[in-house]
Amino acid sequence: MTPPLSSQARGAGSPGAPGSDVPALTLDALGKKCPIPIIMLADRIRDVRVGQTIAVLADDPAAKTDLPAWCALKSQEFVAAVDRPVGWSFLVRRSY
Amino acid sequence: MAYFDAASAEPMHPAAREALLTALEDGWADPARLHREGRQARLLLDQAREAVAAELGSRPDELSFTSSGTQALQLAVLGAVQARQSAARGPGHLVTSAVEHSAVLNSADWLERRTGTRVSTIGVDRLGRADVAELTAALEPGQTLLACLQSANNEVGTLQPVAEAAEACADSRVPLLVDAAASAGRMPVPAGWSLLAASAHKWGGPAGVGVLAVRKGVRWREPLPADDREGRRVPGFPNVPAILAAAAALTAISEEREDPDAALRALTARIAGQVPVLVEDAVVHGDRDRRLPHIVTFSCLYVDGETLVTELDRAGFSVSSGSACVADTRQPSHVLAAMGVLTHGNVRVSLPRAATPESVEEFLAVLPPIVARVRETVRVASSS
Repeated sequence: MTPPLSSQARGAGSPGAPGSDVPALTLDALGKKCPIPIIMLADRIRDVRVGQTIAVLADDPAAKTDLPAWCALKSQEFVAAVDRPVGWSFLVRRSY
Repeated sequence: MAYFDAASAEPMHPAAREALLTALEDGWADPARLHREGRQARLLLDQAREAVAAELGSRPDELSFTSSGTQALQLAVLGAVQARQSAARGPGHLVTSAVEHSAVLNSADWLERRTGTRVSTIGVDRLGRADVAELTAALEPGQTLLACLQSANNEVGTLQPVAEAAEACADSRVPLLVDAAASAGRMPVPAGWSLLAASAHKWGGPAGVGVLAVRKGVRWREPLPADDREGRRVPGFPNVPAILAAAAALTAISEEREDPDAALRALTARIAGQVPVLVEDAVVHGDRDRRLPHIVTFSCLYVDGETLVTELDRAGFSVSSGSACVADTRQPSHVLAAMGVLTHGNVRVSLPRAATPESVEEFLAVLPPIVARVRETVRVASSS
């Protein structure tokens, strides 16, 4: 599944349901170098409810390490990295 | 003001400087010639070889000087693997850790592309320590032509389990290349190597001198066109004065090793303890116990390492960031990526022997406001 590109767009289905992997919010960090994708995630994670997921689209190879590392440091749940035609979609669930 | 990048190059030891000047007078001639000047250069070169061999735990005839640590690693990997490839065995198999120096990884990649050698890359834990069980399981008796493991990691300072790896390699009759560049001159070379590489500028010798040792009985074949120099292992006229300086530095620091290393260990521990306290969202990498005395590496969230290095330089502190060897490729550090830790906002502090507690306190004082300032700049840039 490819999440929508708009940073405001809601995913299909019922993204509000806690535990759903459908992102409640998608952030477009394509073309941005680390640490900017991480900063965008840190700024916006409180815009989703606990249990909801947020998708970060990024193509800087450093994001592959840094998004999971950020989640580990901040005790947020890293759900998955999904390959896209360009870069990846990183799914993060807000845990608290 | 302080130079904190000894892991890239330790400032030249006074003994090296002195030996270099003397050797420029006495050791400039071609050591392969039979005349008086040549014999004099030969004598000095042999003395240097004996001194370095004694410090690194090899026999003099096992040891050759190269033009760099990188060249030593390339010759070690290519020469050991190609000596064992055969029609019966085929292109064979190579085992390396994910956090080796780029010279090892690039040589492995070269063999894979040019000769079809299969390469197994062993993972590391979050502290950067190679997984010996995975390494042991990867060895294929009869097929694995070489295993490569560094004595310590040059980016985060973590010591590697070389003794255990050597035991596993011996059991499977696989030769082991130990890259001792990060630790040589600071800690004894671990036993059990079949091939050994090191680099003089990391211990306070001049640049342009590397060391390659091949244990007696270990098969190795020159990967380059034949040349008579350095036991037929390294082509070209060796830089005898620089080699003498390298040997003088190594001998001098081994005589004074205890004190500076204990002091450096305390200073890096102080930095490791204070950075997470003084800087919000900073994390220290690597093993805090089994480590090199002079290296401490940390990452600060929400800043980029290059800007941090530039700002610290402006404040008078010379440090490095990410993988020093591949920084210009703009790829994240392969070491930090393999560890699964934050690759951005990375700073490696590596203290030279002359580092003082005062300079470390000064560094700890300038770091927090610099990180805060860079964070502010990056935040503004990211929201535009």
